[in-house]
Amino acid sequence: MATTSARSVRTAPKQVLKAAKKVAKKPTKSVSNKTAAKSASSSRIQLQKLPKALLLQMHDLMIKSRVLEERLIKIYKAGDAYFWIGGPGEEAWAVPLGLLANKGQGPKHDYYHLHYRGTPTVTAMGMTMIDSIRLIMNRATDPCTGGRNFSGHYCFPQWNVVPATSPIETQYVMALGTAHVQKRYHKANSEKNAITIVTGGDAGTAEGDFASCLVWASRRGQELPILITTQNNRWGISTAFDGQHGETNIADRARAFNIRSRVVNGNDPVESYLAIQEEMQYIRKTGKPSFIEAKVSRLFGHSSASGANFISHEQDSVREFEAALIDAGYLTTDKAKEIWAAYEAEGFAAQQQVKTELGPEAATVWDNIYVGNENADWRKF
Amino acid sequence: MANMAQAIRLALHYAETNMQLKDVFGEDVGAPLGGVFTATQGIKTAWNAPLDERGIIGMAMGIAMTGERCVAEIQFVDYIFNTIDLMKMAGNTLWCSNGNYPMPLVVMSPTGAGIRGSVYHSHSFDSWASRLAGWKVVQPSTPLDAYGLLLAAIEDPNPVLFLKPKALMRVRGEELIPGEPNDEKDLKARIDAPLGDRTKWKANWPAVEKHIIPIGKGKITREGDQITVVSYGRHLLICNEIADSLKAQGVSVEVIDLRSIYPYDWQMIKQSVLKTGRVLFVNEDTEVTNFGEHLAYRVTEELFYQLLARPRVMAGKQLPGIGLHPNLEDASVPQKHEIEELIRAIIAEVP
Repeated sequence: MATTSARSVRTAPKQVLKAAKKVAKKPTKSVSNKTAAKSASSSRIQLQKLPKALLLQMHDLMIKSRVLEERLIKIYKAGDAYFWIGGPGEEAWAVPLGLLANKGQGPKHDYYHLHYRGTPTVTAMGMTMIDSIRLIMNRATDPCTGGRNFSGHYCFPQWNVVPATSPIETQYVMALGTAHVQKRYHKANSEKNAITIVTGGDAGTAEGDFASCLVWASRRGQELPILITTQNNRWGISTAFDGQHGETNIADRARAFNIRSRVVNGNDPVESYLAIQEEMQYIRKTGKPSFIEAKVSRLFGHSSASGANFISHEQDSVREFEAALIDAGYLTTDKAKEIWAAYEAEGFAAQQQVKTELGPEAATVWDNIYVGNENADWRKF
Repeated sequence: MANMAQAIRLALHYAETNMQLKDVFGEDVGAPLGGVFTATQGIKTAWNAPLDERGIIGMAMGIAMTGERCVAEIQFVDYIFNTIDLMKMAGNTLWCSNGNYPMPLVVMSPTGAGIRGSVYHSHSFDSWASRLAGWKVVQPSTPLDAYGLLLAAIEDPNPVLFLKPKALMRVRGEELIPGEPNDEKDLKARIDAPLGDRTKWKANWPAVEKHIIPIGKGKITREGDQITVVSYGRHLLICNEIADSLKAQGVSVEVIDLRSIYPYDWQMIKQSVLKTGRVLFVNEDTEVTNFGEHLAYRVTEELFYQLLARPRVMAGKQLPGIGLHPNLEDASVPQKHEIEELIRAIIAEVP
């Protein structure tokens, strides 16, 4: 039942992802449309720095992620889910983060330690809308948690996307372990192609685990191949960034550990793509850590707990990117509407399908406590 | 005979040589010290971590996510408390991911009192650990069991907490580890790091063999028919001594070394209690919501009509810490004479 449904909805096309990898190797040589580039130069987004096909691919995935998040919010507001949390507003940063993955399973590929705003990243990696909907609707078919956890708590072992968790910043210390194994893999195999990526919010950087990550990743002679990132939306639920931080930029903290660091406009997909690409290449080449702080928007508040309503005064990177593409002649308004409509239809169809799918059976609460379903119930010892 | 520290060392050596163990790490675990109890001396894969318990557990979890095996040490279990949510997550990752991400890691940590360790080197953690669902928890009382349980822990695909009783680290066993030299002086010369400069020292490991103590299986260390005493770790040896002493006085005590706190060997406890009709659970963790209380509850629930006396628990006092002065420590955790008195009282109890 589930697989039939999955085939019936659109997925991230493989050829698009292949194109992205190709572009990643040659980031600046594919720009050919001088007219478009000139037009785009009037925008703050420097479209001419990336090839048109990649820009359109990013735009497509950003829409897909946004439409998916809006669908998830609708599902919550319709009473078909208990909670929503996600990443609308972070698409311009997080879609490139997923597109640039050395994607696969095991230490020869990149590991992703995402927090609960990772929808754009896993969408760019190939997650289907229906699987995200299965997650928020707690269905047995949910491939990430089997109906056990909140929306946005993704887990895709086939892409090294390790389980996202609700406790904030714990992912920063776990990321050390996957990076440590990758460093060993590099030495044993004369490869430096696999790195670990960790994401988290600005408020969570107050936790000790964030500092632990900086300490362990930067030990002299034992540096780890890890891209440490913070998505700074200037909020921690209801508490503003101002008043909680003494540092000018969070990225400044990395410098104290001799970790190369930078701040990027996470609402600009071109700037984000190029920065992530450059830092990933640095880490792959040197085996040393790097840090990026991305300034992003929080477009629907923290979660459904704060209403999940659109925040109109926040910058909307999807709409701005789309306007720049239209202005540059890369995209028509009609084509853009077509993309939005197609994903709307996909999301709606997926929701209808998931409504027909069953939740996990009560007895499965004892499944997967131990590997192989070894008994963990003391009543049966 | 090897002492427990040497047995742990031998197990780690066996595992890094034969079982794909690739990382043994923690504070002062690597050279030159090889652990504050010397349990990691000479281990090739041992390395020193920053003084950061959360980093240690997080690192272990990340390593486990790749499928590789590691043994992470928290130097004293008193310092594991600030990792409690990470420990919880290590136990629930497989479950939360519906089977996607196993967490095959081992955390080992010295536990319990008995070395005049004062407030922060005397804690126990077995009762706390029994509430960390998804973990397996073991605590040996002999070097051979330490060897076999540690290998079982490393082999297990789930997170396993290996609690090593710090007061027993220098206590020798009565059984040889398979492949262990007969002469303990020979063993010491081969695997104990010398005092002074150790930069050129390497262990000359004996050819120890695989020996697995299955997790979840207890052991009857003294057979008897008047009362069952269930314990583990340091207090197991005390209970053995009491049983031997009482036997000479005509009192028959059956002692069970539980070895695994979770999963635990209920069938062994059940069969013994059905035979004796009386049971005492002994451990040194604090007494309120003590793991022994769970076992006493289960005995009451399932064997009530076969009992000849109330199931009892003797545990550490519900105190904020264990004071340094011997008068304070001895008043905090079960003492030999107290256990013996309680055994006599339970046997004397008339239904």
